[in-house]
Amino acid sequence: MTETSRREVLKGAAGAVALAPGLTLIAAPADARAPGMPATPANRWGLLIDTRKCDAGCTACVDACKTEMGLTGHHRPLTDAQYLRKVNVKDPASGKAHSVPVMCQHCAKPPCVDVCPTGASMKRADGIVLVDRHICIGCRYCMMACPYKARSFAHEEQTNQREANPRGKGCVEACTLCAHRVDAGQSPACVEACAAAGHAAMLFGDLNDPGSELARRVAAEASTRIRADLGVEPAVRYQGI
Amino acid sequence: MRALVLSLLMGLALLAGPAVAGDLSPAIPKAQGACVDEPQAMRRHHFDFLKHQRDDTLRSGIRGARHSLKECVSCHAGKGADGKPVPVNAEGQFCQSCHAYAAVSIDCFTCHATVPEKGPKTAGVTPGVTQ
Ligand code: HEC
Ligand code: HEC
Ligand code: HEC
Repeated sequence: MTETSRREVLKGAAGAVALAPGLTLIAAPADARAPGMPATPANRWGLLIDTRKCDAGCTACVDACKTEMGLTGHHRPLTDAQYLRKVNVKDPASGKAHSVPVMCQHCAKPPCVDVCPTGASMKRADGIVLVDRHICIGCRYCMMACPYKARSFAHEEQTNQREANPRGKGCVEACTLCAHRVDAGQSPACVEACAAAGHAAMLFGDLNDPGSELARRVAAEASTRIRADLGVEPAVRYQGI
Repeated sequence: MRALVLSLLMGLALLAGPAVAGDLSPAIPKAQGACVDEPQAMRRHHFDFLKHQRDDTLRSGIRGARHSLKECVSCHAGKGADGKPVPVNAEGQFCQSCHAYAAVSIDCFTCHATVPEKGPKTAGVTPGVTQ
């Protein structure tokens, strides 16, 4: 199937489910970028996560991330790669509990990029923060610098990697906001899985496009960024925490 | 040295044809269809193309480009007797056979998938014209 026809199918599907509120989130957020065209600052990809819709027991997003990115573990929870994790927090004063999916926050001013000695930690023109593993030397300064504990290190030799996520021993890795899917006009795998699980707690879109659902909701509704005080300006916003 | 190895290789490739007994040139499995560039240019420059491409794709986000490593794998990974794709860097396979001959070692496949996820791509193949 060509990219175009896949997109048509997606659009068709989105149209069909538009009657069920929330499910329209599966809609392709934007058109695929034409082959040969670079990412541009015209876009600023981001997420809005409503923790009130997030079920503490559900791991659909985490599982989808692992499948999409080919992350196989070694039953070592402390060091196994995780691009996305569920953080369960509780307000000690009120007792109110939240489950918060946390991934790379794709900061506008990413500390990981500041500290990287080789230029491997980088921000793409459209704001997606990546590790260029071709020049990553595995020093892990970025892991120390990240206020969100979003990065992992591959300690083991890897096999059976996914085509879209080449990964190997000795390099740092993290959520790419599914750059390979975004470039093809799709939503990140976690967002799609959350919608498919019936929660629709995650919304993906272009913060720079005033017409996008994401930009409209961010403009109209209260949302917050984790550790906003640090001034790193994440592209991931939360509601309900 | 680089030029020497290359001219040697290309000389051998010109002599190629079905390997004659005693021929020392590497047996390079054939792919179907047409390469992304002239095979001659690919022999000589594929590493430059690839290293250029990886920056364009990863750092600038350019997709669907000509010298994509995924695409090399999708065409050049052979199939085993069981019909399953064989890793392109396995012994005797496309990337490995030639590199072993030229004493080149690459680390690309410590990270990159060595078999295509989709069926092998056969751009512009006229069925039957498998070499
Ligand atoms: C659409 C299918 C296709 C794609 C994609 C493709 N190739 Fe090829 N390639 C071929 C074919 C067909 C040949 C010529 C027949 C042969 O010798 O295998 C060839 C020949 C070559 C040769 C010369 C082989 C020799 O026998 O001397 C090299 C080197 C090569 N390709 C490398 C690459 C690299 C590197 C990539 C990725 C950037 C790539 N190819 C992508 C199909 C493809
Ligand atoms: C430490 C892991 C790692 C190693 C080693 C590595 N790559 Fe990559 N490579 C990546 C990642 C991660 C991407 C980004 C994938 C994406 O966004 O689709 C990538 C993307 C690419 C791309 C663009 C995507 C594609 O398939 O066309 C090319 C070309 C590429 N690499 C070439 C190479 C070559 C050539 C080598 C060996 C000299 C190499 N890489 C070694 C991790 C690695
Ligand atoms: C026709 C023989 C041949 C084939 C087939 C071949 N290569 Fe090469 N490759 C070479 C030679 C020779 C060199 C070394 C060139 C030099 O060092 O000047 C090389 C070097 C490289 C390098 C650079 C290594 C370095 O240390 O900088 C990469 C990357 C590479 N090849 C990738 C591939 C991939 C991927 C394939 C399979 C799709 C492939 N090659 C197939 C002959 C080949």
